[in-house]
Amino acid sequence: MAASVETAVVGTARFWRVLIYTTLIVFAVMYLLPLWVMVVTSFKTLDEVHEGRMLALPAHFTTEAWSSAWGTACIGLTCEGISGYFWNSIKMVVPAVAISTLLGALNGYVLTKWRFPGHRWIFGLMLFGCFIPFQVVLVPMAQVLGKLGIANSTAGLVLVHVVYGLGFTTLFFRNYYEAFPNELIRAAMIDGAGFFRIFWRILLPSSGPIIVVTVIFQFTNIWNDFLFGASFAAGGSAPMTVALNNLVSSSTGVKEYNVHMAAAMLAALPTLLVYVVAGRFFVRGLMAGAVKG
Amino acid sequence: MGEGSGEGLWLGVPSVANRMAAITSESRPTDRAIGWLQGQLPKIVLSPSLAAILLFVYGFILWTIFLSFSRSKILPVYKFAGLDAYERLWSQPNWYVALENLAIYGVLYIGLCCALGLLLAILLDQRIRIEGGLRPIYLYPMALSFIVTGTAWKWFLNPGLGIEKVMHDWGWTSFTFDWLVNPDMAIYTVVIAAIWQSSGFVMAMFLAGLRGIDNELIRAAQIDGASSFNLYRRIIIPQLRPAFLSAVIVLAHMAIKSYDLVIALTGGGPGNATELPATFMYSYTFTRNQMAVGGASAVIMLMTISAIIVPYLYSELKEGGRGR
Repeated sequence: MAASVETAVVGTARFWRVLIYTTLIVFAVMYLLPLWVMVVTSFKTLDEVHEGRMLALPAHFTTEAWSSAWGTACIGLTCEGISGYFWNSIKMVVPAVAISTLLGALNGYVLTKWRFPGHRWIFGLMLFGCFIPFQVVLVPMAQVLGKLGIANSTAGLVLVHVVYGLGFTTLFFRNYYEAFPNELIRAAMIDGAGFFRIFWRILLPSSGPIIVVTVIFQFTNIWNDFLFGASFAAGGSAPMTVALNNLVSSSTGVKEYNVHMAAAMLAALPTLLVYVVAGRFFVRGLMAGAVKG
Repeated sequence: MGEGSGEGLWLGVPSVANRMAAITSESRPTDRAIGWLQGQLPKIVLSPSLAAILLFVYGFILWTIFLSFSRSKILPVYKFAGLDAYERLWSQPNWYVALENLAIYGVLYIGLCCALGLLLAILLDQRIRIEGGLRPIYLYPMALSFIVTGTAWKWFLNPGLGIEKVMHDWGWTSFTFDWLVNPDMAIYTVVIAAIWQSSGFVMAMFLAGLRGIDNELIRAAQIDGASSFNLYRRIIIPQLRPAFLSAVIVLAHMAIKSYDLVIALTGGGPGNATELPATFMYSYTFTRNQMAVGGASAVIMLMTISAIIVPYLYSELKEGGRGR
């Protein structure tokens, strides 16, 4: 871990230390509050939810809301919970992340270590693709997916997420490889290593941090996507986020806030889990990227 | 590294040819041919991605531009109608509401995320013992979907049962927080929820930037007798320029993408109070059967973003030139 910017603390009074800690802790509480409310609400009965006391622990702890959200809550006309949509999201996110990360690594490698005239234009074109508002491709994409016969399917969503993830994955790897010493590549060439050999043996083994960063970024983005899911896979193949929104916004009669919160937790858990498991690595990778890139 | 030098090195080493020949032993191609193939290999590897981007980004943009000049209503109709859709777009009061909301939302979201992110990063960088515990707390909302965030904040800010009720129970009975259902204030609930979600990410970027600053630089400034405040103002914060730039670009991209959060939190309401260009485009295209108008709004969104992004890309590519 790099040394802190130590200087600012030198000679500061104890008062400042207390103020700094207080500020940081108050902010931490504010960041945690919505999650706390979500969790406690999801373990309450609906009667208790209606009593208010949003911040209080559940008086009658129950997992009913969770099982309802998973298996029996009504989304649209079917009352089978969000479990099916959860699997839809898994089936979409795994191939989409793998393909877009691999392609991004190769693109980043080509655009830094095998440059050719016009490489900057190509990178610029790809980079611009990251920033377009996706509204500008929705109708054509819907038409093309329809023509290809993969409208309203997970395969269609995988294609969409790979294509529109490419710009970012390429950006990550390009910035990372930019800082990779060319001398090592040159030395490998002198030793007779070719294009793929250099990639597999030299660049990939030292790409750990950026791979983790890219995978987390892509996983989070694709799992959390709503616009493409809502546009191209409404109905039975809808991803989790679309199902959650349908559950929360379209439930008729009494609003089951506890079930909504349980469903929201279920939608949040995979990305939170990735974050808890790899979060430290993610921050380290992010720092490494920012320092080197 | 340039193409020329790469190939020069490649061909200049005798053992290369032998190894390649061993791999493709059947035809034993000449060094020249191998060199040519090797030269093309990077381009071949890049081409599927490039083709996908050209088709799915640029082809589709042209397609949407064409639709915006057509008579399309419920389905695409390829009959040229000139600027008709644009005229109708700019006569929709709803569109002006969407633009104004985007301005409020975008400025507050980017500005406050950067301010809060910088504050937290600088505070966390003061050798805080519990940094390892605090950092993940600031960062975790970033892992959530905007739909989850919207759902959670919708409940949190619920005027009947949410934070307002909590304050009343605690004895602060005059406390009112009805922003979620108040047409004048609803857009600010979107801002709050979005800042909650993204500021930790900005903090992480700035923290990474702070940790990357050369210690020698700081020591030199200290020896020169710079105060802490001046050290940050003159030396450290200017050094964060790259982190700042990437933060703003990520945030701008997210602000313009903001569709999900509004849908989950307010549904664009109350009324049309939290309409954004993204929600406008979606409803006109897919539910109001005015596809050409929806397309025109998408094109305007694209032009707005391009005005910001193209100069950035231009400078980025020039920087790449210097790095060569």
